[in-house]
Amino acid sequence: MSSILIIEQILNGLQFGVMLFLMAAGLTLIFGVMGLINLAHGSLYMVGAFAAAAVAGATGSFLLALVAALAAAALAGAIVEMAVIRRLYKAPHLDQVLATFALILIFSEGTRWVFGSFPLFLDIPDALSGPVTLPGGIEYPLYRLTLIGIGLAVAVGLWALIERTRLGIQIRAGENDREMIAALGVDISKLYTLVFALGAALAGLAGALVGAIQSVQVGMGEPVLILAFVVIVIGGIGSVRGAFIGALLVGLTDTLGGVFLPELFKLFMDTGAAQKSGAALASMGIYVLMGMVLIWRPTGLFGARA
Amino acid sequence: MSDPVLATLNLNKSFGALKATDDVSIDLKPGEIHAIIGPNGAGKSTLIKQICGGLKPDSGRVTLCGQDVSDQSTQVRAQAGLGRTFQISELCMEDTVLENAVLGAMGAENLSWRFWRPALKRPELRDRAEVALERVGLSDERDTRCANLSHGQRRQLEVAVALTLSPRAFVMDEPMAGLGAGGSKRLTGFLDGLREEAPILLVEHDMDAVFTLADRISVLVYGKVIATGTADEIRTSPEVRDAYLGDEA
Amino acid sequence: MRLDEKYLNGLLIAGLLALPLWALVMDQPFTITLVTRAVILALAAVGLNIILGIGGMVSFGHAVFFGIGGYAMGILAYHAQTYTALDLGFFTTDGTKSMPVIWLMAMVTSGIVAFFIGLLSLRTSGVYFIMITLAFGQMFFYFAISWAQYGGEDGLSIYVRNDFPGLNTLMPIQFYAICFTLLCAVLFLFARLQASPFGLALNAARQTATRVETVGLNPMRLKLLAFVLSGAVTGLAGALFADLNRFVSPTMFSWQLSGELIVLIIIGGVGRLMGPVIGACVFVALEHFLGDLTEFWHVYLGVILLCIVLFGRGGLIGLLTGKEGAHV
Repeated sequence: MSSILIIEQILNGLQFGVMLFLMAAGLTLIFGVMGLINLAHGSLYMVGAFAAAAVAGATGSFLLALVAALAAAALAGAIVEMAVIRRLYKAPHLDQVLATFALILIFSEGTRWVFGSFPLFLDIPDALSGPVTLPGGIEYPLYRLTLIGIGLAVAVGLWALIERTRLGIQIRAGENDREMIAALGVDISKLYTLVFALGAALAGLAGALVGAIQSVQVGMGEPVLILAFVVIVIGGIGSVRGAFIGALLVGLTDTLGGVFLPELFKLFMDTGAAQKSGAALASMGIYVLMGMVLIWRPTGLFGARA
Repeated sequence: MSDPVLATLNLNKSFGALKATDDVSIDLKPGEIHAIIGPNGAGKSTLIKQICGGLKPDSGRVTLCGQDVSDQSTQVRAQAGLGRTFQISELCMEDTVLENAVLGAMGAENLSWRFWRPALKRPELRDRAEVALERVGLSDERDTRCANLSHGQRRQLEVAVALTLSPRAFVMDEPMAGLGAGGSKRLTGFLDGLREEAPILLVEHDMDAVFTLADRISVLVYGKVIATGTADEIRTSPEVRDAYLGDEA
Repeated sequence: MRLDEKYLNGLLIAGLLALPLWALVMDQPFTITLVTRAVILALAAVGLNIILGIGGMVSFGHAVFFGIGGYAMGILAYHAQTYTALDLGFFTTDGTKSMPVIWLMAMVTSGIVAFFIGLLSLRTSGVYFIMITLAFGQMFFYFAISWAQYGGEDGLSIYVRNDFPGLNTLMPIQFYAICFTLLCAVLFLFARLQASPFGLALNAARQTATRVETVGLNPMRLKLLAFVLSGAVTGLAGALFADLNRFVSPTMFSWQLSGELIVLIIIGGVGRLMGPVIGACVFVALEHFLGDLTEFWHVYLGVILLCIVLFGRGGLIGLLTGKEGAHV
């Protein structure tokens, strides 16, 4: 196996990882600040993708499509937060799981109602299509490289937002002591809506960006949602840094496992059997990873609270 | 002198720079009430948790009837004869008073792995529970849901559950907290007789109760036992006056 | 109107007896199939109710056991119908078409898997527990998809429903009788369990583990055993479900199914004996009637569910009897 292939697969893993991070960051912030477990986060991812596909279809502009994805997901997030979610902050986890499960049903079927069951397609913009040659002579799709760039930029931006701004101070305070920030005169319900909308916007952005390399369809959010949950459980629920590390771990494990395990198995099995067993183990790989992390540290790599 | 039923030996526990328990060695002899007093934040609750098993000390031993239980879990210590009541009631709020008492009886009889006959219809459990409820005066409330009990009744139920265990030693964390004057008085009378059954390590803020009941008193300040003695000795001890009573005067 | 829960339960059982008989007389086999489906889903949810309702463990991966039950049936019947040997390592069999044997295998396998999943998952609590059980569900889901020998993503079809001594299982009403009897038996066992010392202690462990430890009992072991029992019951339901459809596929492992099992319990009432039964009946009825009206019936299900969560703790039984459900 050539080193070019290996580097290519590592890049693929990174690209997958940073997109997972966009999802996981919102989830983990929402849990950290409001203590809410939000299954409907995948629906916001889907809302972003559909908004982008619709706007790109109407205007032909990918940039406008991204803006639309951010706006639509943030808006949907804010509305849902005000209508439903804020009643759940003090509710037991079971209620949160169920109510947000209900929201998935509503979002999914609602989208099917509006857009139909057929997948939509979102094209990669011309400027970003085609491969680019990296140092070392590796050809790699420019769009995927851009995704990695955007993901890393968002990670840095989030870090700056949380560590360096007034809003960040409030968010960190909210994680530690809710009464305290209320006492400081912060409008807590506005803060919560804002954090929720921010998380939603990140999910919507991820949906739109990934939508251009996969198809845009109802139900696209749930597989990603579950992976994002695995990410935040590995990283420690509530920790953005943990979400970043966890996302890269999961992205790399999933991608590299899918490619290399079958190859590895070929060393001591016939090709057909190796392909099958390798693929089986690879798709289970991230859950095995998560299991091992939790056995080692029951609250995740960077988690404090149970 | 008879051997202590319960003892701690050089117990230490720190949280960061804060020394919550500083070389604490106390014991509880048969038939006595040994009260632990001290200002808020003196480390009384931390000490109780280490004795009962919720919190692991940094160093030091805990013995129960001569057995070293330092490395044992809460439930093993309970089985070995430690009956604890909580400062803030730790009861099954959705269950009835009788069910809470029966749970204690199950612990005493080690009967949780039975799947067929209803717990409330087993005489060995029910009798034990009823006796305990009778003793604290809660028999009439046996079918009341715990959530509907008054604060004082919950305190009584805490004691009743500990009674069902027929422990070798009681550890009571502020059993008088939140009781009215009448309630405190009744409970004081009850504990007075209880010491014959098993000695009581009593953490309490109600000084009337402490000075009425305690055979010995230990004063805990900043995690350290600064004095141990009879009520009179403590009352007249200059260290205690300085460190503790002095603050209030 | 406030109903006594006992009468409500009796009414429900009577309804489950009467409806299929009525359908038999009116010659509506599809109705019988529909009720059978409800009864089997109810059985699966009764299993989940052991840990969710009594023990307070929110397992979001209970489809694992439903799927294992399904595949236990699928694999045994597949080998029997193709006359191929199934090599289990320690012994070889030709599979079987006998329901009791299949049930036993389904329950034992689910129970063993539940033991190991429980052992790992119970190290965590709260959200982590929900997530790790969800992850185990996904693990099995993907495993089933890639298990090419037994159909992979397409699943396995069984040509003829399995046998039960003395009955013709091909007759919907007779298969229904089997499922209904099993449900009643498990409900009876559930009621005994709930009132037994074990049930009382498990229920206490849900409310306060500290109290349970303080009286000298081990909440972890109580929960683990509950998890195993729960897995075995849901596994049994899985085997029946596969037999009803004569088909098993990875969707039996899907996380939506795990979610739906929780939903059934919530609709009916958490920790209530008949909660899962009433929930399953309502769910199947909604699915059928709303599904007829509009293909987007999940929207309505979502709205109903939201209303139950936001406004109606205690589910339908709570609503009808005026009692709150267990708090999880």
